[in-house]
Amino acid sequence: MSTHAPAAPHAARPLGIDPPGTVHTTHEHHELGFVRKYIFSTDHKVIGLQFLFTGLVMLLFGGLMAMAIRWQLAYPWTEMPVLGRLLFPETGGVTTPEGYTMLFTMHGTLMIFFVIIPLLTGTFGNYLIPLMIGAPDMAFPRLNMLGYWFWWPGIACILISFGAEGGGPAAGWTSYPPLSTIEAAAPGSNWGQNWWLLSLTFVGVSSMMGAVNYVTTIVKMRAPGMTFFRLPLSIWGLLIAALLQLFALPVLTAASFMQLFDRVFDAGFFTPTGVVINGTSPETLGNAAGGHPLLWQHLFWFYSHPAVYILVVPAMGFVSDILAVHARKPIFGYKPMAYSMAGIAGLGFIVWGHHMFMSGMNPSVGLVFMTATLMIALPSAVKVFNWLGTLWGARIQLTSAMLFALSFVSMFIIGGLSGIWMASTPVDIYIHDTYIIVAHFHYVVFAGSVMAIFGAIYHWFPKMFGRAMNETLGKIHFVGTFVFLNGVFYMMHQLGLAGLMRRTADPYAYETYAHLQPVNEFISLCAFALLFWQVFFVLNFFGSMVWGKRVGRNPWNAASLEWEAPSPPGHGNFDRQLAVHHGPYEYGVPDAPRDFVPQTQRLPT
Amino acid sequence: MAGLKHFLLRVLTTLLLLAVPVLGVWTFVKAEEWGLWFPPIVSSYGAGIDNLFYVILWMVTVTFVGTELLLVWFVFRYSKRDPTRAVYTHGNHTLELVWTAIPALLMIFVAFSQMEAWSDVKLNFPEEGPYTVEKPLMEVYASQFDWRVRYPDAQGNFQGADVIEVPYDITVPADTKVVFRLKSRDVLHSFFVPVFRLKQDAVPGMEIPVWFEATQPGDYDLICAELCGWGHYKMAGRIHVLPKDEFDTWLAAKRAALYATE
Ligand code: HEM
Ligand SMILES: [Cu+2]
Ligand SMILES: [Cu+2]
Repeated sequence: MSTHAPAAPHAARPLGIDPPGTVHTTHEHHELGFVRKYIFSTDHKVIGLQFLFTGLVMLLFGGLMAMAIRWQLAYPWTEMPVLGRLLFPETGGVTTPEGYTMLFTMHGTLMIFFVIIPLLTGTFGNYLIPLMIGAPDMAFPRLNMLGYWFWWPGIACILISFGAEGGGPAAGWTSYPPLSTIEAAAPGSNWGQNWWLLSLTFVGVSSMMGAVNYVTTIVKMRAPGMTFFRLPLSIWGLLIAALLQLFALPVLTAASFMQLFDRVFDAGFFTPTGVVINGTSPETLGNAAGGHPLLWQHLFWFYSHPAVYILVVPAMGFVSDILAVHARKPIFGYKPMAYSMAGIAGLGFIVWGHHMFMSGMNPSVGLVFMTATLMIALPSAVKVFNWLGTLWGARIQLTSAMLFALSFVSMFIIGGLSGIWMASTPVDIYIHDTYIIVAHFHYVVFAGSVMAIFGAIYHWFPKMFGRAMNETLGKIHFVGTFVFLNGVFYMMHQLGLAGLMRRTADPYAYETYAHLQPVNEFISLCAFALLFWQVFFVLNFFGSMVWGKRVGRNPWNAASLEWEAPSPPGHGNFDRQLAVHHGPYEYGVPDAPRDFVPQTQRLPT
Repeated sequence: MAGLKHFLLRVLTTLLLLAVPVLGVWTFVKAEEWGLWFPPIVSSYGAGIDNLFYVILWMVTVTFVGTELLLVWFVFRYSKRDPTRAVYTHGNHTLELVWTAIPALLMIFVAFSQMEAWSDVKLNFPEEGPYTVEKPLMEVYASQFDWRVRYPDAQGNFQGADVIEVPYDITVPADTKVVFRLKSRDVLHSFFVPVFRLKQDAVPGMEIPVWFEATQPGDYDLICAELCGWGHYKMAGRIHVLPKDEFDTWLAAKRAALYATE
């Protein structure tokens, strides 16, 4: 039987959704040219890999911006080696104050919208969903392809914004008006900001196409016997993230358009009356008035708080799967794990105000948001305890993937716990917008999600390319990354307690901060080492595609469905009929011939 | 040989994970010595805020050390080569209830313990004394990239020729509940005085009342804490806290000087 034969579940396809077979029949498939097969492909696996490669390149860009930021904080206003001449040719490589504001704006924007979300949902959502639920492809393959290609105008806009008149956008990834809406307020609030808003809109459209697809596929295309509570937690995470996108993204898109209208047509949603910049009132310059700056903050955080969970919930799913496979033990508390992800997502819609405690919002409302936010710590705690429960009595195999997953648990504890301080309104008065916030979100997003992405790459690489990554290089990569990332982010907590503000190009002019330079220098050196260390990953990633050890279908002896398919899976994914008999975490099963029972086989009775 | 390699990997992983709680706690213990801790407290409500921080610090430390050590121990103990199978369990209902209920109680405790301090700073403004929300000591204006303070004329008006306007230096009396109005002329800014434990955004179009009571005469940093443009990093101000009588003399002298030049 050819590996390209349409998979059996085609027959059981519900709802008359276009089967992928109608796009390429087995017959045509061999005639597909390079372009249809690798560029404008509708195969979820190719699209997943496209997101992976593009996302990793964007990660490099975002990382380089971070290095430039760290140089300035360690050695303010000195010539930056290597990058300096590229970024600031007109000053001979010395960061300019407006250049600094642009750098952190771009760093945040790239990392959130072009790296983490596309890597988690674009890459793994695409690659894993059909394989893990036993479907031949996504529900809407063409929409899926469009989802990837709508990302590119987003990338183009953000690249154009760098070179825009006046410079790149510089109002932070949060783009608070009126700084972002009044051209005279900042050089980056010229055309750069328009490109930024357009870019976000394209990225949003791309995410939306993905989200519609993920939800439909998961709801409608599960293999026979694959009930909701037999789904791997990765799928739960991806489903919940997609639902968050569906409900929250329209708000961001609308808000972005409102901001664009404020800027281009003087609509006056966010720009208040009576603003005077540099002695001239923008009203006399033609800018609209009558709006309220806090309206943007409400709309922005109504999206962006759920968005920070989009940045972590799929990662939690991947980590759960990796832990179970490499610990050879069922996930502890499968249902609590799924419910707690749903709980995080649900509560995530009523806590956005915790970003606005100091904003001028009615302080009484702050108390409500505080209580809701503290409640979010509960499902987070439940997850940590269940991961620990999973490791208890396990048979842990210290593979590279497992090391990254273990570090996720260790690091997420830090990021979750610091959240309690920030949620507590009186404490937040002092720590809001200081480096302790920077520490908090890097512990969850970098030490958490990025480490989970690395773990997921080591874990699913054999499926993607039919070859395993090198374990020795993987471990070297892990050790350095783990050490340096803590070197970078841990002391930021103490800097924050010393009062150091974020987004400050040169803090040392203040008496309060004058003594902090050595710590910042230490952090920057760790950051440079952290970036350099990724060489081991790059070598391993590309090297293993060519020289990696060839693997069969199931190199990790894992129980979930993706390991039933060939590595890499052919068009249509599965070459045999699938029927699911139990959940995905049957490891260490007593009386079974091997220590795991694949989902397609019955448990011993 | 393979056995030795495996053992070394176990030890290395364990030590790496162990370093997290050990160094994590150690750097917090040392932080004060290194100058990486809270600046002194110079406001009446500062101590209350710091105490809440410390209460949470204890809770967080116990949870942090406890969970991290469990992780370290499990990783070390259960990564041992063992031909038998793992414990076959899918979870435990009672445990789930326990570890949901305990954090729930703790979080409810945290939520309630915060409310008073928050209300003190942001909701309960002085109702008697020389300055109230209706009769503030001053207005503080933020604009790119400086701070300005305006003291009203003797009748309490903020308009007119007799208003005193001073850039950069904000002079206030000690041991007095000071109320002021915070305004912005252009974009968002934030009024942050670390030694007061006070932060409040300045929003164009809004007049936000703020209060504090400085407990120590002296000069302190005022820092802008909300991104306001390229010059955000240098948007500094200075708070001069004078003993009460000296402040009255200072203000009287300012007024006199103003009338003298007219
Ligand atoms: C235990 C759960 C958590 C709690 C209680 C919590 C609480 C908070 C609070 C109150 C803030 C605002 C602090 C301030 O600006 O003063 C904040 C900021 C932030 N949190 Fe969390 N958080 C939690 C988990 C997470 C997770 C899982 C993520 C992401 C994956 C995350 C990402 C962020 C980000 C990105 C910011 C900063 C946004 C910005 O101002 O640029 N948090 N968190
Ligand atoms: Cu949030
Ligand atoms: Cu500022």
